[in-house]
Amino acid sequence: MMMTPLNPPVLSVRDLRVGFGETEAVHGLSFDIHRGETLALVGESGSGKSVTALSILRLIEREGGQITGGSIRLGDTTPEEITTLPPAALRALRGDRIAMVFQEPMTSLNPVMTIGAQLAEALRLHRGLRGGAARDAARAALERVKLPDPEKRLDQYPHELSGGQRQRVMIAMALSCEPEVLIADEPTTALDVTTQAEILRLIASLQADMGMAVLFITHDLGIVAEIADRVVVMKDGVKVEEGHTADLFAHPRAPYTRQLLAASPRLGEGSPTPLDGAKPVLQVTNLTTRYGGGMFSRAGSVAAVRDVTVTLGQGETLGLVGESGCGKSSLARSIMRLVEPSAGEIALLGTRIDGLSRAALKTHRAHIQMVFQDPYASLNPRMSICDAVTEPAYLRGMVAGKARRDLAVDLLERVALPADAVDRYPHQFSGGQRQRICIARALSVRPRIIVADEAVSALDVSNARRVTDLLADIQQRDGVSMLFISHDIAVVERVSHRIAVMLKGEIVETGPTQQILTAPQHPYTQRLLSAVPRLEHQRAAQRRADMSTEANTLETA
Amino acid sequence: MIPYVTRILVKSVVTLFAIATVTFIATRLSGNPIDTFLGDGLTTEGRAELIRYFQLDGSLWQQYLAFLRGALSGEFGLSFVDRRPVTEVVGDRLWASGQLLLASVGLTVALSIPLGILAALYRRSWVGSAVMMLAFTGYAVPSFILSIVMILVFSYWLNWLPVVGNATFAHFIMPTIAMSGVLIAALTRFTRNAMLDVLGQDFIRTARAKGLREARVVLRHGLGNAGVTVISVIGLQVAGLAAAGSVVVESIFSWPGIGQLLVNAALIRDYPVLQFGVITVAVAVVIINAVTDLSYALADPRIRLARS
Repeated sequence: MMMTPLNPPVLSVRDLRVGFGETEAVHGLSFDIHRGETLALVGESGSGKSVTALSILRLIEREGGQITGGSIRLGDTTPEEITTLPPAALRALRGDRIAMVFQEPMTSLNPVMTIGAQLAEALRLHRGLRGGAARDAARAALERVKLPDPEKRLDQYPHELSGGQRQRVMIAMALSCEPEVLIADEPTTALDVTTQAEILRLIASLQADMGMAVLFITHDLGIVAEIADRVVVMKDGVKVEEGHTADLFAHPRAPYTRQLLAASPRLGEGSPTPLDGAKPVLQVTNLTTRYGGGMFSRAGSVAAVRDVTVTLGQGETLGLVGESGCGKSSLARSIMRLVEPSAGEIALLGTRIDGLSRAALKTHRAHIQMVFQDPYASLNPRMSICDAVTEPAYLRGMVAGKARRDLAVDLLERVALPADAVDRYPHQFSGGQRQRICIARALSVRPRIIVADEAVSALDVSNARRVTDLLADIQQRDGVSMLFISHDIAVVERVSHRIAVMLKGEIVETGPTQQILTAPQHPYTQRLLSAVPRLEHQRAAQRRADMSTEANTLETA
Repeated sequence: MIPYVTRILVKSVVTLFAIATVTFIATRLSGNPIDTFLGDGLTTEGRAELIRYFQLDGSLWQQYLAFLRGALSGEFGLSFVDRRPVTEVVGDRLWASGQLLLASVGLTVALSIPLGILAALYRRSWVGSAVMMLAFTGYAVPSFILSIVMILVFSYWLNWLPVVGNATFAHFIMPTIAMSGVLIAALTRFTRNAMLDVLGQDFIRTARAKGLREARVVLRHGLGNAGVTVISVIGLQVAGLAAAGSVVVESIFSWPGIGQLLVNAALIRDYPVLQFGVITVAVAVVIINAVTDLSYALADPRIRLARS
């Protein structure tokens, strides 16, 4: 079997070096992409994958970077050297021959221009279309990405569309001039799994129609397995491994690739065995929380949490899964009474805490502690680690004076951070370390329950794996219960004894983890599970790779 | 859009009523005007007659009700000094003040938006530094100092420009610059910051990835968004200028506008003129604010559509 197809590459990157001032972010990267091929550029944050993507269009110069060496050639017959292209020629190529789709659909469209106007811009520029012709072409572009009601969409503004719809518009915009290369930089990372599955299918089918090459940048190996023909694995600005998707997943050679594969969450990895007859520490009955509907609000109130009943046993982890906006976080906040529930009962360690006054609530608050999603935003940058991790205990009068330091050292040890971290400040730590600090802070008051709200979603796979392992250890040792909220079912599976699936404010299904994953009852759970990208799906990709290799062999034979 | 407009109108009426009331109370707190401008040589009967004539008898409450009744029917009383209806006295001055305000706003917008964009685009070069230096200096110089220096240089030494009145175009130059100096400085800084903020956003990168020219990226996508915030600041600043700036500048240049009229009326306690003058300025401020709110909504579809 050949490693690469024999026809000349449409995009060829050789020994690319990109620097930001004195520091180099990409150190001599080389790869090729061919017509109709999908190449995945994989790596964790800081690996240089997005820098590489932005360098291909030389947009990196706008972000303060500079291509310091190497070459980027576009075109399979008479290749053009992008690194030395004058500005006008570069602009002519952007959006026409190479187009790009970005990660964040919510912010990547201009909020004060209609969808139609934004689509027409590229068509006018590269195709010379104006007025009615531009509008027709823009409508056709929206039809191509299967956005319902394209005529109406043309006159709408981005804020009137959902995230998935906006990403479709972004793709329509990128493909409007039928580029030879599409660069997709984490295009589905900000989307829910079901929307992600739709967008991935869309890109694949458009690629099949149009024959473009796709450079797909992602950190998610599940996605890579499903869509990529070949993979380039990057770490710290260097390519550590390259190969056909199936080969690479079956026989990873580089230690880092193996590490990445091992760390990647995948469904069916097994979950903790359910606890029998665990004593309930938290009982939530018929809880409803409404937002809005105030005296001056014309819109009625919206129930973010509707009639939810859940129980959490001692030493148990309950995974709460659902898409963004389904009410997971609202439920957690209602349980902690950070927002006021409008109906229902909450019993903590057998005591009703709904309806308690703020003062009366105070003694109960220490029993539940929370770990938030963004470790960068949830630590006060001006507080030393010692003060930060001991603050809850200090506020409750459990520790004071010199003892704070001893407690801090002890807490840091429990989350596997060195004792000398106590005198440092949050900015001196990485994302994963910060999340450990947040966990240490939660532990300072010896809580009975920890609520982890998307606590590992902002972390790279290897850091996420370490943090969930840590949480499991803490649970083993201290018998603490956990409410683990995540949109990522694979992560939830790894840590949860039981799973509750949430949809539009209601819990539609609850059960032991294995039962939910192997025999989901509710159609929504089934849909959610089938949308999760899986490493096992690589067979499909492998078949595709074999076919394209065969086709090329035939062509050249 | 309709309920949004209604809300702005209701807000405006409430504001005007509050301002009228505060003005009434403030003027009454400062003593009896008859004593100020007639003072000595007035018999007790003569004084009492004048007080009746100008409707200054009766309790404060009665006076206030009379004032409100008059205001609602467009009657704001006679000026104590020249015995003409205050609506005429103020009306004569309105156009002069309006002209000066329009000229100042025009100059401000014409200069500070381009300067702000330049300062944002060339923030790392000497161009950006120079613009910002000018802006800081302009911000630090009060309009009366600027006026005096300009009069000294351009009228006294060079004898190029007239100082008093509003007869010709040349008369406009110094008052306009004096009025808009601080405003230009403030708006330049604001435009720069708004542009820097917008130019760092994701959709700007999208626009560049389309292959658009830099000029279009900056003006259509950049200013198109920064403009939303810039408009609100222009509105606020212009309202402030209409209310306060004109008083100082009109007095210095003997500009026959409302600002100068108000200063004189306050000095001699010509209540009706003062009251109506302040209300006129308040109406202007309220109109400017309402127009700002509306244009803000027009410029930003998120506001326009959310409130329709």
